[in-house]
Amino acid sequence: MSGQVAEPTPQSQTELKTVKCVVWDLDNTLWKGILLENDQLVLADNIVQIIQTLDERGILQSVASRNDHDAAMDKLRELGLDEYFLYPQINWNPKSASVEKIAKSINIGLDTIAFVDDQPFEREEVQFVLPAVRTLDVTELSTLLDRPDMNPRFLTEDSKLRRQMYMSDIKRQEIEDSFGGSNDEFLASLNMRFTIAPAQEDDLQRAEELTVRTNQLNTTGYTYGYEELDFLRQSPDHKLLIAGLEDKYGTYGKIGLTLIECGPEVWTIKLLLMSCRVMSRGVGTILIGHIMNMAREAGVKLHSEFVSNDRNRMMYITYKFNGFKEVSSDGKNIVFEADLDRIPPFPAYVDVSIQS
Amino acid sequence: METKAKIRQFFERSLQRTDLPDDENIFAAGLVNSLFAMQLVLFVESEFGFSTDNDDLVIDNFSSINAIASLVDRKLGVTA
Repeated sequence: MSGQVAEPTPQSQTELKTVKCVVWDLDNTLWKGILLENDQLVLADNIVQIIQTLDERGILQSVASRNDHDAAMDKLRELGLDEYFLYPQINWNPKSASVEKIAKSINIGLDTIAFVDDQPFEREEVQFVLPAVRTLDVTELSTLLDRPDMNPRFLTEDSKLRRQMYMSDIKRQEIEDSFGGSNDEFLASLNMRFTIAPAQEDDLQRAEELTVRTNQLNTTGYTYGYEELDFLRQSPDHKLLIAGLEDKYGTYGKIGLTLIECGPEVWTIKLLLMSCRVMSRGVGTILIGHIMNMAREAGVKLHSEFVSNDRNRMMYITYKFNGFKEVSSDGKNIVFEADLDRIPPFPAYVDVSIQS
Repeated sequence: METKAKIRQFFERSLQRTDLPDDENIFAAGLVNSLFAMQLVLFVESEFGFSTDNDDLVIDNFSSINAIASLVDRKLGVTA
């Protein structure tokens, strides 16, 4: 048996993880009063500023409200707030179901979600069903922006655009769902451009952010600080490459990162990660293919370190299915070797541009 | 027969191919998309009720309807 799926995650400070999405209740939380009782609704103190600040910090937001969907959405539109919320869940279901649906739709872990609701019953229900979710009372609003878990370490170009990038994703998904042809034909219709380049100084904040935020498509989970990355990008014994993606709907930002240790006979991939936002785009393996090409040109063997955890099995399968073989393993820490005689070509539906 | 029909149904849904021969290598064309690879492995595991050892997680075991069917038979101890 593989056993690797059941291993505990190496991230021990789960409770300190930066919040990726705040899920708001509406009645008596976002606004004072109850919509369906025709109350004169007044926005909660400073709520617009809180929502806008979270948005600028790249923290996504959504809604879980037991309400009439159309009436509540009309109200949010009237208040000019509707555009801030991804996948709003306004229905009569338990809030835990709504929160879970939001996490699934955005594709983030429940331990990165904070749920704000004035009612103890709702908070407890969410807490009971989804213990990883942080629940906050509306009385905590005044200090919400000061919480360490609401302050990502860096604000990058990508974080400021995050909501818009997710909005574009939703639009793409709608088009994909209604697209009649095959998946490859759909991907080809996106006119994707994938770029790979050595990380520059102004990429480093984003690079650090990627090492911290990316769990699923991450080979080792090693995190590196800004100074370390700045050293490594200039080190003659390392390559630090960053990848970006855009398509006809806009940019996905910088979505991939790899760190390669270049020895005289063996190169070792210390880290290879891709943002989960591009999971269904079929581009993650382009970076692997590029590294294989570089190693073959340099006349070296290519190894890759891998640390199994309960979330990154997809990366394990990706390596194995792209011809990497285990050369050593203690069950958790694995070293792979690539087969450089069999390097698969890049997919035809992406335009790949490589800067050196 | 039953096993191959289930696998073919999965490919029909995910690849939108209805005419896939049992021995066609679905990965012959190039790099294997991570998401599809994962979906395929999870489908096989949940449909046939076993978990795949790391040693069995190689592309040759998943590259065609025939290959997957023989992996399933082997894991479930069915002799052909």
